[in-house]
Amino acid sequence: MEHILTQLWSESASDQNPFEAEECLCAGYDVYGDLLLHANWVDYLLLLIKKEQPSAEQTKLFNTLAIALANPGPRDPSIQAAMSAGAGGSTMASCLMAAIAVGAGNLGGAREVAIIMSTWQQLEFNPENWKQFLVGKVWQEKPPHTFEDVWLPLEHPMGFNPNGVECPKPLKQTLKALSIISPGKHLSWLNYNRCILESASQLPISMTMIAAATFLDLGFHEEQGEMLFLLLRLPGAAAHALEQREIGWKNYPFHKQGVVVTNDPSTSETNTKIQTKPNQALIQTPS
Amino acid sequence: MNQPNKLKILNQWEQTWETAMGAWFPGERVLFRGKELLQELNQLSWMELILFGITGRQFQPNQIKLFEAIWVISTSFPEPRLWNNRIATLAGTSRSTVNLGVSAGIAASEAIIFGHRPLLATIDFLKKTQQRLANGEVLTNLIKEALNAQTRGRPGSGLNREVAKVPGFGRPITTNDERLQPLLTTAQNLGFTNGIHVLLAQRIEDALQQQGHNLYMNVATLMGALCADQDLSPREYYHYVSLCFTGGLLPCAIDAQSKPEGAFFPLRCDRIKYQGPKKRQWKTNKSKPSDVDKTEITT
Repeated sequence: MEHILTQLWSESASDQNPFEAEECLCAGYDVYGDLLLHANWVDYLLLLIKKEQPSAEQTKLFNTLAIALANPGPRDPSIQAAMSAGAGGSTMASCLMAAIAVGAGNLGGAREVAIIMSTWQQLEFNPENWKQFLVGKVWQEKPPHTFEDVWLPLEHPMGFNPNGVECPKPLKQTLKALSIISPGKHLSWLNYNRCILESASQLPISMTMIAAATFLDLGFHEEQGEMLFLLLRLPGAAAHALEQREIGWKNYPFHKQGVVVTNDPSTSETNTKIQTKPNQALIQTPS
Repeated sequence: MNQPNKLKILNQWEQTWETAMGAWFPGERVLFRGKELLQELNQLSWMELILFGITGRQFQPNQIKLFEAIWVISTSFPEPRLWNNRIATLAGTSRSTVNLGVSAGIAASEAIIFGHRPLLATIDFLKKTQQRLANGEVLTNLIKEALNAQTRGRPGSGLNREVAKVPGFGRPITTNDERLQPLLTTAQNLGFTNGIHVLLAQRIEDALQQQGHNLYMNVATLMGALCADQDLSPREYYHYVSLCFTGGLLPCAIDAQSKPEGAFFPLRCDRIKYQGPKKRQWKTNKSKPSDVDKTEITT
């Protein structure tokens, strides 16, 4: 018989049914006899990933990050993806799959978080390293002997918002709140050096940078950070998808006048706007 | 930071999506890459339409037969143990929807030991190698360089896993690739086995053997070589293979839905081989993290 190897989970079978567990241990802790009574959800999530009970400081830090990431709001592409599924009446699973797919990438997504974490380990806590990296656009350089991959090359320095003008207040609030409570160095270093980095890149930092710093302070490696970033942003996707499902497609933006076809042979004009009846195209919330 | 310019870009795109890919004119027509889908393209096969959508080019009938044969022969196994197919099967046995199972299976096909990442890496490797040979470099040197390349991780396990250093050669589970000869025969019948990339693939395999490496061409190499010879770019090829596993995923999900619920390789509790810390108690005072009982055990 082949086995599933794991350092995470063990089960004792019920006497009556070898396919049913009598007791489940997570990294040695009795899930239903102990954790259920004494741990909170964030403790348990950290335990699942790290296989060790977190300290109170780690739990507090992770809990605060989880709140910051839980809902990027309905303008975020991953949330729009979930809402699009919801508005069309798609399955609940597809709403979350849509959010994960869209929020996985290089622009504000989980892949970017992983790249920041990897880069930070190379550049360390040296502002000069970061300045050279950003001013010299070293982030654009492709390592030798690498093949084309499913992920596209970066189009902006990792951790910065290519469409940003200045660091938004919610990001400053998040960075400050996290850096005060963090037991690690990355967040406080970022908080102290943010303006230097932003000046070097000519771009404001994005939430991915703050998330990456938090994951590094919690001792996660980049693959753990990438996975957790995907997971922690799902609550907002779920909530907005549920809401748009109820509101319905007629009140969900369709950008009815928005698509401009540049090569329509049926018209002598260069560009042809698709003509449809004007309709509401606003993100609405129930009154 | 250049505020006016940034806002100019966002303002420019806020209300308008310019595209040459096409659009739906509600109640009237559908434009597809500058052609009327319902009048000009309605006689195309699915594969012809897919490739026109990807590339904007229309291919000869023999080329379309080749592209279809690659999917049929190389990537359509109704084998529920394969990793992506297993997801579709598990969806079926768990009474999720077939579509969800297939969608997740397609997503999981962007894997490292199989699927889209090695497929993409392979055509890229072939094209770059061909280009460097055309510039006068020597094949044996290029292979040595590839084999000696520094990578962050290994393909099969560990952190930061990466595709093989010489992608398209070697295979998990078995070294023999039963798909090679049937695909080669089909390609031969269609007249596509004398292209520069197909010939290069064979030269690379020969060179690997001469250097003492037990690595044989797998079907990814032949797929990539044949498509490179049809002038697909690596990115176009990646888009072309994005749905290539659906032929195997669908029957796996359907099969599992037709069987009793939860019947796909159910696992007994003792099939979990635990290798972590032994049983311990959660510390309710978390001022100090628990570090007791970290002894590794195996049950």
